[in-house]
Amino acid sequence: MGHKILSNENIAPSVFRMVVEAPEVAKYKKPGQFVIVRPTENGERIPLTTLMEDRNRGLITLIYQVVGRTTAGMALMEPGDELCDVAGPLGQPTHIEYFGKVVAIGGGIGIAPLYPIIQGMKEKGNYIISILGARSKHLLILEDEIRRESDEVIIVTDDGSYGEKGFVTDALRKLIEKGVKPDMVIAIGPAIMMKMVAEITRPYNIKTLASLNTIMVDGTGMCGSCRVTVGNETKFVCVDGPEFDAHLVDFDEMMKRLSAYKKHEEESFVAFYKENKEKLLRKNVEVRRV
Amino acid sequence: MSEKLSQKERLKIPPVPMPEQDPEVRKRNIKEVPLGYTEEMAMAEAERCLLCKKPPCVKGCPVEIDIPGFIGLVREGKFHEAAKVIKQSNLLPAMCGRVCPQEDQCELVCTVAKGHKDVRMSVKIGNLERFVADWEMAHFPDSHLDRLPPTGHKVAIIGSGPAGLTAAGDLARLGHEVTIFEALHRPGGVLVYGIPEFRLPKAIVDREVSNLLKMGVKIVCNVAIGKSKSIYDLFREGFEAIFVGTGAGLPVFKGIKGENLLGVYSANEYLTRANLMNAYEFPHRSDTPIIRGKRVVVFGGGNTAMDAARTALRLGAEKSYILYRRSEKEMPARLGEIEHAKEEGVEFLLLQDAIEIIGDSEGWVKEVKCIKMALGEPDESGRRRPIPIPGSEFTIPADVVVVAIGNRSNPLLVKATPEIRTNRRGNILVDPETMQTSMPRVWAGGDIVLGAATVILAMGQARKAARSIAKFLETGVWTQPNLPPA
Repeated sequence: MGHKILSNENIAPSVFRMVVEAPEVAKYKKPGQFVIVRPTENGERIPLTTLMEDRNRGLITLIYQVVGRTTAGMALMEPGDELCDVAGPLGQPTHIEYFGKVVAIGGGIGIAPLYPIIQGMKEKGNYIISILGARSKHLLILEDEIRRESDEVIIVTDDGSYGEKGFVTDALRKLIEKGVKPDMVIAIGPAIMMKMVAEITRPYNIKTLASLNTIMVDGTGMCGSCRVTVGNETKFVCVDGPEFDAHLVDFDEMMKRLSAYKKHEEESFVAFYKENKEKLLRKNVEVRRV
Repeated sequence: MSEKLSQKERLKIPPVPMPEQDPEVRKRNIKEVPLGYTEEMAMAEAERCLLCKKPPCVKGCPVEIDIPGFIGLVREGKFHEAAKVIKQSNLLPAMCGRVCPQEDQCELVCTVAKGHKDVRMSVKIGNLERFVADWEMAHFPDSHLDRLPPTGHKVAIIGSGPAGLTAAGDLARLGHEVTIFEALHRPGGVLVYGIPEFRLPKAIVDREVSNLLKMGVKIVCNVAIGKSKSIYDLFREGFEAIFVGTGAGLPVFKGIKGENLLGVYSANEYLTRANLMNAYEFPHRSDTPIIRGKRVVVFGGGNTAMDAARTALRLGAEKSYILYRRSEKEMPARLGEIEHAKEEGVEFLLLQDAIEIIGDSEGWVKEVKCIKMALGEPDESGRRRPIPIPGSEFTIPADVVVVAIGNRSNPLLVKATPEIRTNRRGNILVDPETMQTSMPRVWAGGDIVLGAATVILAMGQARKAARSIAKFLETGVWTQPNLPPA
């Protein structure tokens, strides 16, 4: 009883958009929630973002970046193939209501989970300022979709190839210094980015949410692999989150915990890469480490 | 032979030990440790039973299996008939024979054990139950219970562990249309994520699951009720009654400094990676990694702690320690598990407790800071309370720590369903006779009610619930449950 893949399209180097059958997820998923995918029989369980659910056709869209063996395997899957398991939706939905002015910050692949939250916030009548960041122009994803839902969009790239040169945090600082008073900031991206965003908004007491992308196994609160310290309490990202008050999250501990299996991942990815080098290159998978 | 022996002579027959893999070999493989009785061994062991007229063992069994009834049949070589006797009370004997704490139940009160004043001398009821179940599996692989004609009533079971599988079996047998919802990708609950292969082979769980499928039960994996969808959604989908068997899957940590360091696992995570996700095989036949510690320290003294310490050896640990704050006598683990762990070389650090986990500059576990304990007066649990001895602190070097000090009831469903009342520990409150919860048309049983308990108690509650559900489906009347105080 697998989940049939309808398309698996490369949208930026190493980033893919996969449309897959998962009627129950399509029916029940709310912004902020995620799924756990186990692509093959021997596969790992990994948390992924879904968006643009099509309830009528029972389809969901997964956006993923190739970072290891499991996602590299997914990149090589073709329409007609099946994902072994798609569990969910999991996690707490985002609390969506009218806040006023919402600044939505997405970095890299973090733009994907941000998109449904922006949609939800827009529906409630919030004024949305989106700040999107990428290393370089060709790595920026979902720009058009986010422009459609936002009142203002600021784009920044590390190398200045598109938008302003710099980081999302620079853009946020400028915005606040210009006198913009956000009622709420949501940041999704690399841990270090979310940590810096929290530091910028802290002195201004701006309510700031971060959506954490920790390592998970079951995703249902059973194993505690995803535990983080939030305001001196241990929380499980999979069931208590993934969103938390960014001012209370211990990002340094979280970043350390994210590195737990670095060596293992490298070992299994390198072996897979060597076997499938040509195919992966053809699929536009960038390999920085190998 | 059986007719000729006097009771006295039977008492003199020594127990038949079950053959096992050699400790030095088995500690490096994940195959089952006990190898099972042959027919001859089972018949010889059955000769030891006195077939008591008023058998205390039956009262000692939470599901009241007719123990002398099946052992008498084993003695005569009527194994298939023996299996039928067991299955009247226990649908999952292959599992219970392996994981029940017999020395606290049937074997504790066995007349033979009493005669010897030694529980180890009891008739090996667990071994015989296991033999009968395995024999049936080998000779009648398709034996599954017949079901009554379809009633058209739809029942949802949440969770596919021991409680859920039992309730599903009982209700399907009555002709009801049963659907099990499981959060993980594979059915079995704690039987597949928690209990390791070397103690309960997955093939046994899979067979029980496939029997349910043959009986027409539907199993929907990858859905966490309470998150993916709610109990209200299930009622909207037309289910008339719902059984909650979501277990005690919430890991408890000690709350000491350093528990979030790299290399510190909950027992649930450690066993799930090794067991359900086959991390033993990484990176070849499994993509799920696990930290293979050289020096592994496991906190706790229960079955799960033994499972984790023995799993560590199988993952290549040079040293595997059990760190337990009381003495061996107070350990909640089954005797057999403690013995197996010791035979394999697990070292027991007793009357010692961890007070801090110390990490290196990269955030990895480096050592465990401990304190020695003495036993004081008995506490609420009846066990003597451990008291730290001031000034006795010391450290043990470690690269992996596994916290196996217990689990609490799974909060997912309850949090999303305020109508279901719980006690302070988060266990669902039920009517002890019917297993009805405070929410109409919802029943519960197993560890979600009991806290972390045993497979057999979970099954016993599930059977009670199934009887009450069947009555409700027949009459359509929800009687007011008698709930205990919160």
